[in-house]
Amino acid sequence: MSKYRLFVKESCGTCNLIEPLLPELLNQLDVELVSQDDPNFPEGYTVMFDESLERSYRANIEIVPTLIKEHDSGEVSRIHGWDKAAWQEITGLQFSIELPLFQPGCGSKTLDPGMPEILAARFEADKLQSRILEFSADDDIEACFDQGWSDGLPVVPPTKVRVMRMLSGTKRDPQEYIGAVPPDLGRCTIEKIALNAVLAGCKPEYLPVVIAAVEAALEDEFCMHGLLATTYFSGPMVIVNGPLARSIGMNAKGNALGQGNRANATIGRALQLVIRNIGGGRPRQVDRSALGNPGKYTFCFAEDEVGSCWKSLAEEKGFAAEDSTVTLFAADGVQGIVDQKSKDPDSLSRSFAAALRVVAHPKLVMSSDAFLVVSPEHERVYREAGWSKQDLKDRLAELLMIPGAELVAGAGGITEGLPQKAVNKVLPKFREGGLSVVRAGGSAGLFSAIIAGWAASGPMGSIPVTKKIIV
Amino acid sequence: MRLLDPTAELKPEGRLPRTRPKTVFGKTVGLLDIAKPKGDIFIDRIEDLLKQKGAKTVRYRKPTFTRVAPIELTQKIAAECDLVLEALAD
Repeated sequence: MSKYRLFVKESCGTCNLIEPLLPELLNQLDVELVSQDDPNFPEGYTVMFDESLERSYRANIEIVPTLIKEHDSGEVSRIHGWDKAAWQEITGLQFSIELPLFQPGCGSKTLDPGMPEILAARFEADKLQSRILEFSADDDIEACFDQGWSDGLPVVPPTKVRVMRMLSGTKRDPQEYIGAVPPDLGRCTIEKIALNAVLAGCKPEYLPVVIAAVEAALEDEFCMHGLLATTYFSGPMVIVNGPLARSIGMNAKGNALGQGNRANATIGRALQLVIRNIGGGRPRQVDRSALGNPGKYTFCFAEDEVGSCWKSLAEEKGFAAEDSTVTLFAADGVQGIVDQKSKDPDSLSRSFAAALRVVAHPKLVMSSDAFLVVSPEHERVYREAGWSKQDLKDRLAELLMIPGAELVAGAGGITEGLPQKAVNKVLPKFREGGLSVVRAGGSAGLFSAIIAGWAASGPMGSIPVTKKIIV
Repeated sequence: MRLLDPTAELKPEGRLPRTRPKTVFGKTVGLLDIAKPKGDIFIDRIEDLLKQKGAKTVRYRKPTFTRVAPIELTQKIAAECDLVLEALAD
């Protein structure tokens, strides 16, 4: 025996239009009337007033009127709006009342602005497993500072509604286990990442990028624990590639390494807050960095791929152009390179090599990796000469072969340097694969930049890791 | 006001350090080099001093300073030694 449920709201014209059908419908069929906004609509009938909208939420009502047909096993079919033929088919009735053949419905109250996440917080928050903390204080931002959740700047207080809204940015299960975050090996789930993404100020559409960044950080070859604990300057830098970087509005252009773009700012910050809050990694505790660098607040940007003649970082690593990825690098600060005169690729490459020579120390080789961030005006020099990214990397590798005599301890009156046995060798500045190149920056400015890496780069320390972003 | 906890909600285990022995005489002391430059020089000197005090010494070395010691190494040290001395940093 079929049962029916009819969801309506008084403020909907179509729900009012079909009111004359109700006597026929209720006489012949077992129909429950559910009203979203008015306990007295439709007037004169027994109505279930769905004041909290729980019934409508759980039935996934998007449009009113919606008529759902059910058997014992559950829902069999549903229609929405008024369509005479469809209603006659689902009910098996021939309606005698004169009505237009068709009229569309209205939006369900469950889809009013802001309602989806409010209702999710109301009815699905039992899916959340994080402990709820009660505060008597008035000031929620100060409460977050007091709890130690902040990196020094205000964080967004993580209410249930904000967390549910953040989780709408991914299809993944909030309880999916991602890994153990160093140094405390804190248990990290999608939910915990979402919580820290809320703190950071992310929008829900950034969450998949943050998750990919955390996954990359937890890869053994990235060496997050060592990177956190080191006395060195470095922290994780995030580079995003692919269509998702553009669709969430990341900045790959003017001031790409600086402030002002919400996605750039909050994605990098969310990763740092995950290390802090889930991993327990805090400065002057396990984090023993002597000086640190401002990138440890946040360091995240997108490569400028559109219109570039170069392969993107992701493509170089074997990903397809339609994939979106994050690449994590153990980075310290930004070293600026000025070259406003070189018009040919050889001269510009020599400028780059001279600047790269001093990464970590002019006499140290194969310790730090580095990223060379080439601005569009500089990349134009290579484009006009037909040089690929690999051509540039090859030329830099040639230019950065350095005689051991310059590098050994004592050379140049500097005690730092390599052991004496290196004196007759010629050594590369960077290990194989240690120098990466990306394009980013504004369209005006004959400047590029070096972002140097942790002195423990390579297999015995940190290797850059690239992860595909999964929505 | 109610907020969700963004931490791992870990409850640290309270553990007290063991009582320091009054002497190293007759004890086996593990000397762990974390593979930073000159850690060996520091440990060589400490080893001399410990031997003068009548301790037995065993030398260990981590494969890299960038990662925590492999679990087999920590288990070996725990099994073989009464005390451990670790050379950190440079």
